[in-house]
Amino acid sequence: MSRLNVEQIRRDFPILKRLVRGKPLVYLDNAATSQKPRQVIAALVDYYENRNANVHRGVHSLSEEATNMVEAVRAKTAKFIGAPKPETVVFTRNATESINLVAHGWGRKCLKSGDEVVLTEMEHHSNLVPWQLLAKERGLVLKYVPVELDGTLDLAKVRATVGAKTKLFSFVALSNALGTVNPVAEMIKIGKQAGATVLVDACQWAPHRKLDVQSWGADFVAFSAHKMLGPTGIGVLWGREELLESMDPFLGGGDMISRVTLEGATWNELPYKFEAGTPNIADAIAFGPALDYLNALGLDAIAEHEERLAALAVKLLEAEPSVTVLGPKDPAKRSGVVSFNIAGLHPHDVGTSFDLEGVAVRVGHHCCQPLMHKLQCGGTARASFYLYNDESDVEALGRALNRTLEFFKIRPKAGVL
Amino acid sequence: MEGDAELQDLYREVLLDYFRSTSRKGKLDPADVRAHGINPVCGDELEITARREGGKIAALRYSGHGCVISQASAAMMGEALEGKSEAKARELVKAFKKMMLENAPVASLPEELEPLSSLEGVRKFPLRVKCATLAWNTIAQGLDAAPASKEA
Repeated sequence: MSRLNVEQIRRDFPILKRLVRGKPLVYLDNAATSQKPRQVIAALVDYYENRNANVHRGVHSLSEEATNMVEAVRAKTAKFIGAPKPETVVFTRNATESINLVAHGWGRKCLKSGDEVVLTEMEHHSNLVPWQLLAKERGLVLKYVPVELDGTLDLAKVRATVGAKTKLFSFVALSNALGTVNPVAEMIKIGKQAGATVLVDACQWAPHRKLDVQSWGADFVAFSAHKMLGPTGIGVLWGREELLESMDPFLGGGDMISRVTLEGATWNELPYKFEAGTPNIADAIAFGPALDYLNALGLDAIAEHEERLAALAVKLLEAEPSVTVLGPKDPAKRSGVVSFNIAGLHPHDVGTSFDLEGVAVRVGHHCCQPLMHKLQCGGTARASFYLYNDESDVEALGRALNRTLEFFKIRPKAGVL
Repeated sequence: MEGDAELQDLYREVLLDYFRSTSRKGKLDPADVRAHGINPVCGDELEITARREGGKIAALRYSGHGCVISQASAAMMGEALEGKSEAKARELVKAFKKMMLENAPVASLPEELEPLSSLEGVRKFPLRVKCATLAWNTIAQGLDAAPASKEA
């Protein structure tokens, strides 16, 4: 049994009451973005109705209030990820921007022609393209840790790929496409022992598992608020203080300077050096109640709950001979993400057919085209669970599957429905 | 069953027949027109090859992995365009896209495109419209990139 009171939780998520194509919404696209509890929505409304002001520069009360609220969420975020100091938490637009910030602010300054950057074949496009762009500009050598056919990484191959010339090792903690839970701590250790700077894409980790940047020992960690009950438009880059201090700014403008003359400028202190222009104040503030919500339920209970549902979904899907579930077989290596294919049916047709049952799943390459290529499939259908899902959602997945298999004559219609 | 009616409205029997048909699948080699299309939504790739003869599209083939809608649309397009002059082919591409993208009435489709009326239901699924138009955009690009010689 779940440690979560899902019935009560569901009452906090207004969207779960709506109908989709005449059926109650069954939201199983949480790896793309999570739904938002009313506490987060209320914080957004409260900011715009009662507190709206620009931060940092005003001496009037509203500005001070807004500034304090943003900084309180920064401190809360720091605590949530075990960061030693709030100023090591930089607010960005999303994890993609966080990674681009590292590529520009650190990569352009510290990487030179011939330096190696190691990534893995299971990376999201957001952890591939910034490095491909930088490699082209700076003559870097990109190397990839190969992914096994079961969607896992082999630590021996990580060791064989990361070497003395590796200046950066950047990898995903938990695969958005397959749900693979990578051996993050070991991988960071391998990178650090080789003398590399290590960046962890924790987008799928942060919403579901305890993240402690200090015990991980990486140099940079990136994630997005919108996948963890928070609003869109807020991402986080955590970095080791001395690295952030040594970096060049990413974007130039207001707020990120300490002094500007017509000849040049000096940079503001952390984290403002990296937060040029008016920040996303409202969404930063509304990220606070999202973190409170996760803290109140407890990430361990959340992970346990969604992994149990995912296991039920895997069981249901694997009972069909025409269905292939991708990713690791070992439940210990799998999160609440279930990626699958139906023989003879394109994922897009699966997605549309499921939508008619009110079931929202993601279909396609999940922004992981190299991984799909390696697994020799153009894409998959993906069901991803979160704290407000329950057994009835798994049952709906089963109904959508039955309906699809029957309609496309992949399985003969059952005698009794 | 209510559900089946919904699925049938989108995936009409004609559509499924064209999807399963292999008569225009493959690649022509040599070919006068070659075009490669990518659906940005799903990353599906479609390759279309065609041969000209006496100012007409004599044969058209498509290859690549795709969903029911994109593959059936390509198959129906091949059938509709074979034997047509390039000017006529371009006209048909335009008429089909008008139906899919501008919601032009299905009854206004030229008779050569009659089977394409089976894609009507796709218009209720805006993200899937790109699946239906992929082959048509691809052949249009191919014709533009490899114009027929003047004397043809």
